[in-house]
Amino acid sequence: MSELRLGFPGNEKRVDAPDVKDSPAPWDLATDLAVVGKAHPRLDGALKVTGRAKYSYDIRFPGMIYAKMLRSPHASAIVRKLDISKAKALPGVVYSEGAAGARIRHAGQEVCGLAAESEEILDDALALVEVEYEVLDHAATLDMAMAEGAAKVLDDGPNVRGGRAPGNLEAVAKAHAEADVVVAQEYRTQVQTHSCLETHGCVCKWEGGKLTVWASTQATFAIQSSMAQALRIPAADILVITEHMGGGFGSKFGISSWDAFCARAARETKRPCRLMLDRREEHLVAGNRPDSIQRCKFSAKRDGTLCGAAVEAFGTAGNGGGAGVFNPGIYAFKAASQSASDVLTHAGGARAFRAPSHPQGVFALEGMMDELADAIGMDPLAFRKRNDRHPVRLAQYDVGAKEIGWERRVKSGSAKGPVKRGLGMASTRWGHNARPGDAVNCRIGRDGSVLFSNGSQDIGTGTRTVIAVIGAEELGLPVARVSVRLGHTSDPYGHGSGGSVTAPSIAPVVRHAAWLAKRELLANVAAADGGDAGKMDLRGGKVTGASRDLTFEQACAMMTKDAIEAQGQGRAEFFGLPRFSGEVAGVQFAEVEVDTEMGAVRVVKVVAVQDCGLVVDPLLARSQISGGVIQGISYALFEDRILDRATGNMVNPNLLDYKVLGAADMPEIVSIAFSVANGISPTGVSSLGEPPTVPTAGAIGNAVANAIGARVRSLPITPDKVLAALGVLS
Amino acid sequence: MSDDKFRVSRRDMLRGAGVAAALGALAPGARAEPPGKGANGLTRVGPGATRIELSINGKAHLLEVEPRVTLLDALRDRLELTGSKRVCDRGACGACTVHLDGRPVNSCTMLAIDAEGCKVRTIEGLEGPDGLHPVQAAFLKHDALQCGFCTPGMVMSCAALVETVKSPTDAQIRRAVSGNLCRCGTYGHVFAACKEAAR
Repeated sequence: MSELRLGFPGNEKRVDAPDVKDSPAPWDLATDLAVVGKAHPRLDGALKVTGRAKYSYDIRFPGMIYAKMLRSPHASAIVRKLDISKAKALPGVVYSEGAAGARIRHAGQEVCGLAAESEEILDDALALVEVEYEVLDHAATLDMAMAEGAAKVLDDGPNVRGGRAPGNLEAVAKAHAEADVVVAQEYRTQVQTHSCLETHGCVCKWEGGKLTVWASTQATFAIQSSMAQALRIPAADILVITEHMGGGFGSKFGISSWDAFCARAARETKRPCRLMLDRREEHLVAGNRPDSIQRCKFSAKRDGTLCGAAVEAFGTAGNGGGAGVFNPGIYAFKAASQSASDVLTHAGGARAFRAPSHPQGVFALEGMMDELADAIGMDPLAFRKRNDRHPVRLAQYDVGAKEIGWERRVKSGSAKGPVKRGLGMASTRWGHNARPGDAVNCRIGRDGSVLFSNGSQDIGTGTRTVIAVIGAEELGLPVARVSVRLGHTSDPYGHGSGGSVTAPSIAPVVRHAAWLAKRELLANVAAADGGDAGKMDLRGGKVTGASRDLTFEQACAMMTKDAIEAQGQGRAEFFGLPRFSGEVAGVQFAEVEVDTEMGAVRVVKVVAVQDCGLVVDPLLARSQISGGVIQGISYALFEDRILDRATGNMVNPNLLDYKVLGAADMPEIVSIAFSVANGISPTGVSSLGEPPTVPTAGAIGNAVANAIGARVRSLPITPDKVLAALGVLS
Repeated sequence: MSDDKFRVSRRDMLRGAGVAAALGALAPGARAEPPGKGANGLTRVGPGATRIELSINGKAHLLEVEPRVTLLDALRDRLELTGSKRVCDRGACGACTVHLDGRPVNSCTMLAIDAEGCKVRTIEGLEGPDGLHPVQAAFLKHDALQCGFCTPGMVMSCAALVETVKSPTDAQIRRAVSGNLCRCGTYGHVFAACKEAAR
């Protein structure tokens, strides 16, 4: 047993932790870290700012061909006739696939695929394909699909499908009965597309029956296994390379149908083939965050005690399932229940999107919290503090309130003048999602060079840099002395980047790999030079505890072979350390300005206080936090996949009409990386990518209501909805 | 600029001026019409490939492109200059930003043949003999990048500003990158980096 000091200044606890065999002592509040926690520019930064970083979209080969799918303009139809002959006859067209008979269930669904020697020829060829559709009735939107007599999306059942059944209804009814106020409201959120700047797709190249795939992915090994399955070849015959990728946000795990088409086109033509979606396709078929209708009934006592919460939720994930919402949660309800239904629609399917189910659920949850606070005449911040049990969030409330100047908040609707300011807040949570199973190699050369390698990917969060910082810390070296290779599935296994698992899962494995390599190196030193290897360590580029002064390089020169290589493995017991808290915590405060004559909302400032676990690199942590906030503002005010009810087509499948927050819309953002010694693993690194985007829309919604004294319960909060809430528009 | 050729930028086409003539020249079926003098006395090019000379990052490049090929696609697919990114392909996101005679432009919304006679500078030509351009160095320092796909365009927009305006105001910096979309959300750090580089 060893004692760990966990928590943060002001709330520290000492806990006994079991010793883990063959593992370095866990870092905690008492650990003096030389490299971790300092600002280190990201390792791949120079490649990215100079344009030298090669993304999948940038991979080029002599003789490379280009592939593209022809997509249905109809939301519901049967392909009665398909004639590709004219397209195939066009010089330069080299491959095609497709047959009549397909049942189309959303606009943008593939009808056939072509490959040609240039993109221009490909465009010409696609225009020559002749298709005859039997157009059928469709139900493209949530409301259309829920309406009586709606066109059925799948033949084997209704459009509205019960997901999770409600539980606890009696307890909620009892809690409501004990309450002084009960508020019932309906909240709605929109469909948001991921809008990754690098579209989905890959480049495929075959050599001697083996396939190399340059994929824009957040899960190299998922691409390898799903491509193997699609092509019925051994995964070992596929190498996936993703050195850099231009955004995924949950939409880029395994292969999609078009990736397999690209691989087949390359195989059949014996030429490298590239298929990257265009921007329109990216909006239509590459995933989205489901929308929601959330019918909420919440209750509380006049003294501020939360009572019951019941939520009935509907949402559409398009053709698929999984449109749930995270609501209720976070706060200490006496009783809570939720029923969630998936509504099938004739629209592109959903994919995981940064904190799935959370931003939409928390928008409604936090709106309801403010509505209850208003109903009992209590300050919303005091109301939350009274009903929150999380030790980290309870400290964060005060940090955030001070930074935003919460005392300036006036009674909702009492601001004077046509342009009104308001303050609002909301909370976030996420799991400490550290998972066993990663493996990392650490190789130290006799010349003192150090290379860490892992086959997973850096999706922009800075995984490469995290690996270098953790490895450098354990080896007592500056970060600049450490190299990292990522994104080749020939290297050891790494998880897909989903659920914010990457850094928390890989950090202890990197540390372990470095620790194992270090032990072997120090044993070599003891054998060559005398001394007790067990008392030696590496600090500040030197060997400590040796019989004489030795630099790291001098120690490496004593190696008995050309290199030392150790593999760290993510053993389950590395993730079984005591935890300071059960969940990742965070709070956000927003200040907005609302033009009550024009309806426009401008976000003035957002303060985000985010539990980061151990802050590995404050530059990276700050980028994750402010990036999450920016996506949250964009979701709150601008983004909306709008479908034409008549045709089921998206009317804004581009980046002009699908509005994403730009520089002109930027508020002041204060990102506070709240460092907590969490335990969890021997490094204490926790999940950071997703939680900062969860509460932003909720905080903005509450700030708007505070400014104008009326509530917009639907995202995005556009001028027409603001004016309608004010009674100016109906 | 040589102005003896009949040229239509994609933007002009969107505006509707001369749409019929331009589309007629670009449609696959219209290949029969050979290059030559049009009714207005201007030289007609296309629809087949035409030879052009582009000045890119101080070097002359001879290439054959169809008139419909954008400057961006010429850079990326013909010259291996893949730092400029194709993201929206319609001038909405700025990821393809290059300098045309010192002015930042969206290379996806201009034709390669229209860049003849201009000095094109791409992200690959930004580094000086002493290494990174001050904007690039400041981007690293402020972590003004995440996935990095918008970064070359952002850097080019900022570089155009700091090379032409001494001590730009915050509003000028915002305006300079207001055509550059970033999905990861790096704007605040981009502003800080640009401000530092302009000092």
